[in-house]
Amino acid sequence: MSAVGTASAAAARPPLFEVRDLRVVFPGPAGGLEAVSGVDLSVDRGEVLAVVGESGSGKSVTMLAAMGLTGPAVKVTGSVKLDGEDYLGRPEALRRLRGKRMAMIFQDPMTALNPVMTVGAQITEMIRIHDRSVSQRQAMKKAVDLLALVAVPFPERRAAQYPHEFSGGMRQRAMIAMAMANDPEVLIADEPTTALDVTIQAQIIELLDGLRRERGLALVLITHDLGIVAGLADRVAILYAGRVVERAPVREAYYRPAHPYTASLLKALPSLEGDRGRLVPIDGSPPGLAARPPGCSFHPRCPIAVPRCSVERPALIAVGDHAAACHLADLSARTPLPMPAAGGAR
Amino acid sequence: MTDATLPAATPAVRRRRTRPQWLTLPVIIGIAIIAFWVIVAVTVPLWTPYDPLMIAGRRLQPPSAAHWLGTDALGRDVLVRTLYGARYSLPIAVIVVAVAVAIGSALGAIAGYLGGLADSVIMRLVDVTLAFPPILLAMAVTAALGPGLDNAAIAMVAVSWPVYARLMRAQVLSLRGREHVEAAIAAGASRPRVLIRHILPLAWSPTLVNATMDLGQIVLLAASLSFIGLGALPPTPEWGQMISEGAVHFYSWWIAFGPGMAILSMVLGFSFVGDGLRDLFDPRSGT
Amino acid sequence: MLRTIVRRLIAVPLLLLGVVTIAFLLSNMTKGDPLVAIVGERQMTNPEVVAAAKARWGLDRPLPERYLVYVGNLLTGDLGTSFRTKRPVAQDLMVRLPATLELVIAAMIVGIVGGISLGVAAAHFRDKGMDHAARVLALLGSSVPVFWSGLLMLYVFSVLLGWLPGPGRLDPRMAAPPAVTGFYTVDALLAGDLPAFVDAARRLVLPAIVLGWAVLGIITRLVRASMLDVLGQDYILAARSKGATERRVLFNHALRNAMIPTLTIIGFSFAYLITGAVLTEAVFSWPGIGTYAVDAARALDYPAIIGVTIVGGAAFLLTNLVTDVAYALADPRVKLG
Repeated sequence: MSAVGTASAAAARPPLFEVRDLRVVFPGPAGGLEAVSGVDLSVDRGEVLAVVGESGSGKSVTMLAAMGLTGPAVKVTGSVKLDGEDYLGRPEALRRLRGKRMAMIFQDPMTALNPVMTVGAQITEMIRIHDRSVSQRQAMKKAVDLLALVAVPFPERRAAQYPHEFSGGMRQRAMIAMAMANDPEVLIADEPTTALDVTIQAQIIELLDGLRRERGLALVLITHDLGIVAGLADRVAILYAGRVVERAPVREAYYRPAHPYTASLLKALPSLEGDRGRLVPIDGSPPGLAARPPGCSFHPRCPIAVPRCSVERPALIAVGDHAAACHLADLSARTPLPMPAAGGAR
Repeated sequence: MTDATLPAATPAVRRRRTRPQWLTLPVIIGIAIIAFWVIVAVTVPLWTPYDPLMIAGRRLQPPSAAHWLGTDALGRDVLVRTLYGARYSLPIAVIVVAVAVAIGSALGAIAGYLGGLADSVIMRLVDVTLAFPPILLAMAVTAALGPGLDNAAIAMVAVSWPVYARLMRAQVLSLRGREHVEAAIAAGASRPRVLIRHILPLAWSPTLVNATMDLGQIVLLAASLSFIGLGALPPTPEWGQMISEGAVHFYSWWIAFGPGMAILSMVLGFSFVGDGLRDLFDPRSGT
Repeated sequence: MLRTIVRRLIAVPLLLLGVVTIAFLLSNMTKGDPLVAIVGERQMTNPEVVAAAKARWGLDRPLPERYLVYVGNLLTGDLGTSFRTKRPVAQDLMVRLPATLELVIAAMIVGIVGGISLGVAAAHFRDKGMDHAARVLALLGSSVPVFWSGLLMLYVFSVLLGWLPGPGRLDPRMAAPPAVTGFYTVDALLAGDLPAFVDAARRLVLPAIVLGWAVLGIITRLVRASMLDVLGQDYILAARSKGATERRVLFNHALRNAMIPTLTIIGFSFAYLITGAVLTEAVFSWPGIGTYAVDAARALDYPAIIGVTIVGGAAFLLTNLVTDVAYALADPRVKLG
């Protein structure tokens, strides 16, 4: 495990992958619809950052925008730095990074793999896009090795097969193999286990963890599954309505959440140990892009909101490596939030 | 799709929509074109200065103030003949399509509902008829029956009915299992009654869409047959016939121009309206 | 899949039999008297000549017998003898086949190449100028009467602009190249006769465009729709995340998937082409099967009519079968057996 340390203290060098003040605006009436409103994230070598949020929180859009995959109609501002160099606004340079130094795996491997190309061909494509000097035969050999690396049995045979001939878990492994083909430094995994059976999920998580350890991979894990976050991630960033509402090492977030949204999410989780209290779902649903409330976006659903919350938007304030965007958060005092007892939603 | 898809945004202010979704510009143009031709077909004898069959001026004159589309080989006004052509093309198309729909849908409904031997026989007949390229079959039938628009009409019906049989059969097959049908059967309704009162009323939309577009295609087919001499005979001012005359007097380009544009506009008109109907019945389909 | 192919193969001869039967019945429903075409009006008054003709053409036998004789002949490749040309229909067709094939192939190339290019461009530049222009062009292709566009194009390009020669396969002053394939263009090249090649090629341009325009219309619209559908899929996003250039995404990923439904249309457009070929040949004085069919129909030449109709039907059935097989082969998701 790498030393996570205090990110805000003067670091010897900047983190490997950094997103600063990312703003993503989709085309729409009145200047457009802002899906992401100033997100800061970073992840370092060998580290796992979990990006957590409900549907519509902007967690996927953030990472797609950071990779330059949102398309010409979408406006993206801010900075996206790999090893200190800013790539946002340089689409061609960003394209060359994709698949080479930064790779992405997707939620549903059935739809994310081209159905009319063999799995082997898709992996060799990954290799040959970035290195034309590799022959098809060499690339295919590497593809077979990669499939073996991710524990796909009979890799030579499998490489010649089509995605629909693979099982769900194997497809996800194949996608991971493809993503790792050029030994990237950053891997972004967008809900990699959501479409899989629970038993397979564990295997995939194991696989990702192994890769991180062996290669010093910086892993960004986009998910809504808090269980996986607890098992795999070092740090977690929680997104709500296009903004980071809390960012902390995982232990901190789970035992001393500083934001009521985080606390509510945790309360909504069933627990296998200890007091089997009532599960408390969060009332209401997240706001749509065009219907974000004034002040703090979470205030309509927040069990401890005060009048100030509906007027003034809380800034993301950090104390040490723990940051939260809530007027009522008291990070330095290290006391828990005054959340109501079980069953106490407003 | 991952979370990257745009969540359903409900803009606070909705632009006032006075036009329904399916009524796009092409559809409006299509309706206008068809309306134009229908009006022309009905009223043209009342307001044209020339008679389509009589000589109105000197032969082979290019377009002029007196004759907006010039005159043909016998000195007849081309524009008037073009307009009169609608009186032949439109009724023929309507009759042919109506009969084809009637025969095809009836056979298709029977095939779909009864299944078994009836289904096999009818569908084989459909397959065989569809195995012919339409124009060859139409030519063969017309040759057998003799030239003339009425025989051409019979030929065109023979060529068109199979599609409707297939459409209706597919609809009947899918509707047959619906609950209200089962309920009717359970209540003791006889087979014809179930078919007519419970299935057919819901089965018409694909047929209607296809029939609309077919109207344009039949106009085209009729003109094609006339062009090769198997449909309308001179001096009938039918568009295909006129174009074939225009081919003979090739340098007098205006002779074929009017009828050609007429056919094109009809095909486009019905095509647009058909697209609109398709959108109306199933907004999800279409490009 | 193998089972499906076998099932289709068995269906083909049965359908063909149906085709033949219908064609035969049609030709005997005649209103006009075929004897007139054979013997000539004058001779109709001569009973001996009439009887001889009846015997020779088998017109005095009962219908079912004629049918069996005909089917029997078909199996040996005998399509009967044309009343008009007095030659075996099969021979007439063979002689004229290359001309039609050359035209149809050229039209298919125009339609497919043009259609795919325009379809991809329209999808890529969705809702911009290129898209609208492509769609208008496609729409016109499917709506404009082929015999009219042929005349128009001839007038504009041959008479007004003088860029291309007039109707006909070859300049009447030139000799046709020695027949190897029957395609004037190919044969001229093979014989090293460059002037003939150029002339034949130039004369092929207009009819191919006119005929191919309809096919181009269908293919453009289908490719555009398929591409738009495919471009919204996840694997396109995944391909971009691999660092693929937009060009690679468009062609290696999107088009490859979009082509699959397009294949069926290519087969289906064959029907359009036959229809169009008949009319196009008439306009361009192209000596192919189309003009033969038209002449036959006008002259009530029944053996020729049946012959052409059967050949057309058979060709149509075969193309559909081939298309189905190609579709199954192209889409790896369609399982075998």
